[in-house]
Amino acid sequence: MQRIGVFVCWCGTNIAGTVDVKRVADALRNEPGVVFSAEYQYMCSQAGQDMIKNAIREHNLTGFVVCSCSPRMHEATFRKTAEAAGLNPYMVEIANIREQCSWVHKDMEIGTEKAIVLGRTAIAKVNLNAPLTPGESPVTKRALVIGGGIAGIQTALDIADAGFPVDIVETKPTIGGKMAQIDKTFPTLDCAACILTPKMVDAAQNDKIRILSYSEVTDVRGFVGNFSVTIKRKARYVNEEICTGCGLCTEKCPQKKVPNEFNLGMDTRRAIYIPFAQAIPKVATIDADYCTMLKTGKCGVCAKVCTAGAIDYTQKDLIMEEKYGAIVAATGFNPISMEPFDEFAYSQSKDVITSLELERLMNAAGPTSGQFVRPSDGKHPHKIVFVQCVGSRCAGASKGKEYCSKICCMYTAKHAMLIRDKYPDTEVYVFYIDVRTPGKNFDEFYRRAVEEYGVHYIKGMVGKVTPTGDTLRVQASDLLANKQILIDADLVVLAAAIEPDKSARPLATMLTASMDTNDFFTEAHPKLRPVESPTAGVFLSGACQGPKDIPETVSQASAAAAKVIGLLVKDKLVCNACVASSDEAMCNGCSTCERVCPYGAITYADKEFRMPDRTTRIRRVAQVNQAVCQGCGACTVACPSGAMDLRGFSNKQIMAEVDAVCK
Amino acid sequence: MTHSDRLKEQILRTSGVNPLKCMRCGKCSATCPSYDEMEYHPHQFVYMVETGDIEPLMKSESLYKCLTCFACVDRCPRSVEPAKLVEAVRLAVIREKGGNRLHTDDIPAKLDDDMPQQALVSALRKYSK
Repeated sequence: MQRIGVFVCWCGTNIAGTVDVKRVADALRNEPGVVFSAEYQYMCSQAGQDMIKNAIREHNLTGFVVCSCSPRMHEATFRKTAEAAGLNPYMVEIANIREQCSWVHKDMEIGTEKAIVLGRTAIAKVNLNAPLTPGESPVTKRALVIGGGIAGIQTALDIADAGFPVDIVETKPTIGGKMAQIDKTFPTLDCAACILTPKMVDAAQNDKIRILSYSEVTDVRGFVGNFSVTIKRKARYVNEEICTGCGLCTEKCPQKKVPNEFNLGMDTRRAIYIPFAQAIPKVATIDADYCTMLKTGKCGVCAKVCTAGAIDYTQKDLIMEEKYGAIVAATGFNPISMEPFDEFAYSQSKDVITSLELERLMNAAGPTSGQFVRPSDGKHPHKIVFVQCVGSRCAGASKGKEYCSKICCMYTAKHAMLIRDKYPDTEVYVFYIDVRTPGKNFDEFYRRAVEEYGVHYIKGMVGKVTPTGDTLRVQASDLLANKQILIDADLVVLAAAIEPDKSARPLATMLTASMDTNDFFTEAHPKLRPVESPTAGVFLSGACQGPKDIPETVSQASAAAAKVIGLLVKDKLVCNACVASSDEAMCNGCSTCERVCPYGAITYADKEFRMPDRTTRIRRVAQVNQAVCQGCGACTVACPSGAMDLRGFSNKQIMAEVDAVCK
Repeated sequence: MTHSDRLKEQILRTSGVNPLKCMRCGKCSATCPSYDEMEYHPHQFVYMVETGDIEPLMKSESLYKCLTCFACVDRCPRSVEPAKLVEAVRLAVIREKGGNRLHTDDIPAKLDDDMPQQALVSALRKYSK
């Protein structure tokens, strides 16, 4: 027979405001097994915990129930209290009378009644609780970073700095991500490449970092500390070890008409290419979709000109299996498609471009070698119109994205300012709904665009853009003047909303990491655990978690690295004590549990059993690897013979709780 | 409940529009082909209904300048549907006693060879009780 203590918390007025805590404590005192019952203002305080410890000693408690907030808040606290007083921590149950009771009820009578029922339920469970001891699992001291943009690079550098090996898996032939495509960065206007490429070089030269470019994660198994990841290294038809990156092949390749994705299709590249001059690794890649040799077997120019002999047309995709202790998702973002917003004539005119295209157009290494000209006729534009919030802040998925893309206000101010600075003969108009510039030196930056550079900021949205002859007729609202205005512009720049990279959704499925409706990764807690995924061992870095600018991305990347390091320094991880176990006498060997287990924790073994008639029989029975089991309980539901049970949440305990609720 | 509160409620109910969804971007007015003809512009309709300032709208000729082309409805990023508000205010006017804007007797005078019959039917539906 258990000797149970009950402790009812007021939580100030949070609970005591709608629940008569004294009545709850009095009612629960009469429940079977209860030998002590009390209430207190804050059970989680030091004084409250001391009260529990004293009661354990004075009344020889074998277990206790705390009627308080959600177990997500303080279950760990009270388990520690139990341990400090010599009790097994799994002899503690929490009755959630705050989130599930006082916060949702307004009537004291109803609230109190429900709190008593919840307390009675927890007591029924403690009556059947048994002491549990968690197992331990080893930690593979190595991290995987998925995505090689500024977020992934920073996370990898910081982890490597602490002495742990890191692999960066990047789908593109080079690391660098979106930042490599950006010309200048706000609010300091320093050149993006000048601050990014040294970091790329650092990553390449760091002997703890391995860069797996042109590769994809195709499968993830295991759990925190012990992930097993399958990585596909796509065939680049060039031997990475031998290629010197001289670039001769990229000059001689006769296939010249491949749209250059690095310049967003505004110019062309060859079928064998190096994305940009500072690419890392600086090796050529053959684009199999365009290479004549790979498609028809006739050509071979690149192999002929390669002095290093690095070209290998027979190369195949390579599948590798690697073990990691922690995984960081850093899959980044993309601008959304402008197709649904044809009122802006993006598909009708080459002179309607997105902001990222403008970055390439202004970049010295871009399609126009930094000449700011119209894509249609190569003429210098004089009137430029910027449209903000294209596809951001929309109601419903049919219109666009519901969220604010966060970075557009600042980069538009940057673009407007740079254009006015370099070409004072231009008129620049920015149509805005709101200018959102929170951030260090951000609003000052925007004000400079207006006050020093004479950028015309107009409150209102553009309704439509009509290509008319040489120019683009922009019809827009000037809300403050209460006018509809027409501007004949030479160039229109759309601040396209950003969305998570398409690879994020399948990756989240592999990682069993949760996502929001917009496919951004969800953090474990929006305020207090912003760089961790709710899945243990999976961390978040950069824009895959939400729209972010570079400074914020780098901060989050370093924060994720700190969390990874905190995990990798541990030699052993304490496992969950509430794991599944199989009653071998009842197991019929059907393998159902093995099939439903998402963690691969269940195996089958042949075992000898003594039968009642003194003969022996070999039977196939399930065995749970307790270091691998995460206690999800799927097997206990699937088991047709009722052999599987979850420790701490056994079928008996759950049924006792149901009985207590229904009493 | 005051008269203007009642009017507002009637207009919100007949239009099915929630003006609180508006983020005041002005794309409705930017896109409106009848903008210059209208005393009150589409974005003002949304704001004035929201604040309950409906009587000036009811007196305004703007009600009959709206082409019901639904460009504002199509392009509104917040799905506010301003044209439906204009329609609802127009309905509120013609439902008032003597609110007819178009009488069947007037039609013969308006007939002209280029006008499709459907326009007449539609105008009757829109402007008369």
